[in-house]
Amino acid sequence: MVPVQCYFVLSALLFFIGVFGFITRRNLIAMLISVELILNAVDINFAAFNRLLFPDSMEGMFMTLFSIGVSAAESAVAIAIIINVYRNFKSDSVDSIKNMKW
Amino acid sequence: MEIYSYSFLILLLPALSFVILALAGMKMSHKTAGLIGTTSLGLVTVLSYLTAFSYFSADRMADGTFATVVPFNFTWLPLGRLHFDMGVLLDPISVMMLIVISTVSLMVHIYSFGYMHGEKGFQRYYAFLSLFTMSMLGLVVATNIFQMYMFWELVGVSSYLLIGFYYPLKPAIAASKKAFIVTRFADMFFLIGILLFGFYAGTFSFDFTVEGSVREYAGAAFILPTALVLMFIGGAGKSAMFPLHIWLPDAMEGPTPVSALIHAATMVVAGVFQIARMFPLWINYAPQSLSIVVWVGVFTAFYAAAVACAQSDIKRVLAFSTISQIAFMMVALGVCLPGHGEAVLDNHAQLGYMASMFHLFTHAMFKACLFLGAGCIIHAVHSNEMSMMGGLRKYMPITHVTFLISCLAIAGIPPFSGFFSKDEILTACMQYSPVCGWIMTGVAAMTAFYMFRLYYGIFWGTENKEAHEHHTPHEAPLSMTFPLMFLSVVTCLCGFLPFGHFVSASGQAYDIHLDWTVAGTSIVIAVCSICLATYIYKGESQPIADRLYKTFPKLHRAAYKRFYQDEIWQYVTHRIIFRCVSTPVAWFDRHVVDGTFNFLAWGANEAGESLRPWQSGDVRQYAVWFLTGTVALTLVLLAI
Repeated sequence: MVPVQCYFVLSALLFFIGVFGFITRRNLIAMLISVELILNAVDINFAAFNRLLFPDSMEGMFMTLFSIGVSAAESAVAIAIIINVYRNFKSDSVDSIKNMKW
Repeated sequence: MEIYSYSFLILLLPALSFVILALAGMKMSHKTAGLIGTTSLGLVTVLSYLTAFSYFSADRMADGTFATVVPFNFTWLPLGRLHFDMGVLLDPISVMMLIVISTVSLMVHIYSFGYMHGEKGFQRYYAFLSLFTMSMLGLVVATNIFQMYMFWELVGVSSYLLIGFYYPLKPAIAASKKAFIVTRFADMFFLIGILLFGFYAGTFSFDFTVEGSVREYAGAAFILPTALVLMFIGGAGKSAMFPLHIWLPDAMEGPTPVSALIHAATMVVAGVFQIARMFPLWINYAPQSLSIVVWVGVFTAFYAAAVACAQSDIKRVLAFSTISQIAFMMVALGVCLPGHGEAVLDNHAQLGYMASMFHLFTHAMFKACLFLGAGCIIHAVHSNEMSMMGGLRKYMPITHVTFLISCLAIAGIPPFSGFFSKDEILTACMQYSPVCGWIMTGVAAMTAFYMFRLYYGIFWGTENKEAHEHHTPHEAPLSMTFPLMFLSVVTCLCGFLPFGHFVSASGQAYDIHLDWTVAGTSIVIAVCSICLATYIYKGESQPIADRLYKTFPKLHRAAYKRFYQDEIWQYVTHRIIFRCVSTPVAWFDRHVVDGTFNFLAWGANEAGESLRPWQSGDVRQYAVWFLTGTVALTLVLLAI
């Protein structure tokens, strides 16, 4: 049986990879993927803590499923925005949309 | 009391006709609009007469006074201890005023059919007349001083609207603004007086008999006279007492029937009425302050009579004679002496109260008649100037006779009404102080003189052929002559009214005794000055008058210019108040008050500008800050 700490290490790794990717990449799609990685790290945490702390109940698992559903919806919206940004600015770089601030 | 339950209609009917005429007047023909206004006024007149009849024919109370009736009264705005009420109060003076206002107003409504025929804005004119009548009636039947003040201001507004009726003309606009501003200025003092009185006495009600309502507070001996004098300043503004009289002569820019109704018969006596209303307070708590009223009145009466002798515009002469006559009423109220012993209100010591109200009544009738007569003359010759008139008696017989009757009445010749009331005033003045009595007798003589100067100037003397070349003057239509005839009949008869039985200081019946030494003197003096006026002004040419002008050119010019009162006010307001007070205050407002807020706005703007770079639009930068923040928060939470 895999020790529970492995799950936490994996989750932490995924989280920091996501954060690093979100900060360093300029490509919008890459940034979206980074955000998804962060979310997945959270999902793993939910599942692992559920099993570790409350083995009899399933709320953590349900929360994971719920979070996956929400992230699917969120990525659909994000991709739609990215497609529109690409159509308007002829670029998928995050620097091209700096002027959206006002 | 149930029998007066219709009395609220007296206020409601003119209010309704104002609303109807103001909202739908433009869609009506002139005739319909005039009929609506006149019919509602006719009903009001009938109701007023009915009220007066049932009021004065009712039994007197045990002490011989008429009961004060409050048919209805409701609290309009409760403010803790104080409350503002609205209601109807019937007592001898308010019932008497109902008669005066409704009669003169009805006559003016009828007269205006002829005078305003075909004028643009005829419906608007009738709407304003209704508004004015409503407010004036509300003023006299007010149950408390605050209601009186509200209607007082409404009266001021309707006067403003009617003076400025010919709004395309610059002088009319200037006159209406002047009237409004001057009376508003005086009303400010009135309001301060009301608030002072209300604050210390704890009531606004006119029911002064409630035990302890007035006396039980510290400093009554000082506060109450102060409040009353402040209220008198308000009354002096409305009643055109010197030096707040400057608006009244200019108010003659309005249509002549308006001058008759508002600026001669009803509105301008509001100040007199106000003092009469507060009279129990004056006489019981502030008898010394009444001497202010006396001497302001005496000076005004003399000043206005002197100016009236030199004016050439007939409406101006009448305006100054109005100022002078109202001053007579003020003096009469002021010369009341405190009662002796038990009786607080004593008819004999306070003869002036009755005399003042009597003169108010008779003056309203004959002065309205004079103004309406002047309207007929102006209608006939299309000018206000005496030089354009002369010799009109052949063309306008009815106007001539009625004008003559009113002139005799104002001059104080028996048996016309003015004689009786003026004689009572002079008797009261003599009782007060012989100096005051003799000055007022002299002013009465001047009254006779300038009125007959006016009369001869209009109806006798040389006919101005040049002015009449294209257009022969003709008598006015019946709608205009009927009110003249009615009012002059009233003038002939109402002197014989036993007025003291209806209105007197204590409310008990008082028989008017003619004091023949005073009456005889005043008749002799009046006849002498009429003869003098006849001698100087009746002839075709006027050598004596011309010689007088040449001998005293400066005096004549000063009197013609109203002793430079307007110029003095102009100087005071423009040079002193505007320059020394308003300009620094305006500077303070622009620079200090506005500056503070501009500084605050500038600070907010600067703060915004300096925070703006934080919103760079660079998503990764936001993410870095977000991460930093999260890490910082985590560290803080871990540390705790």
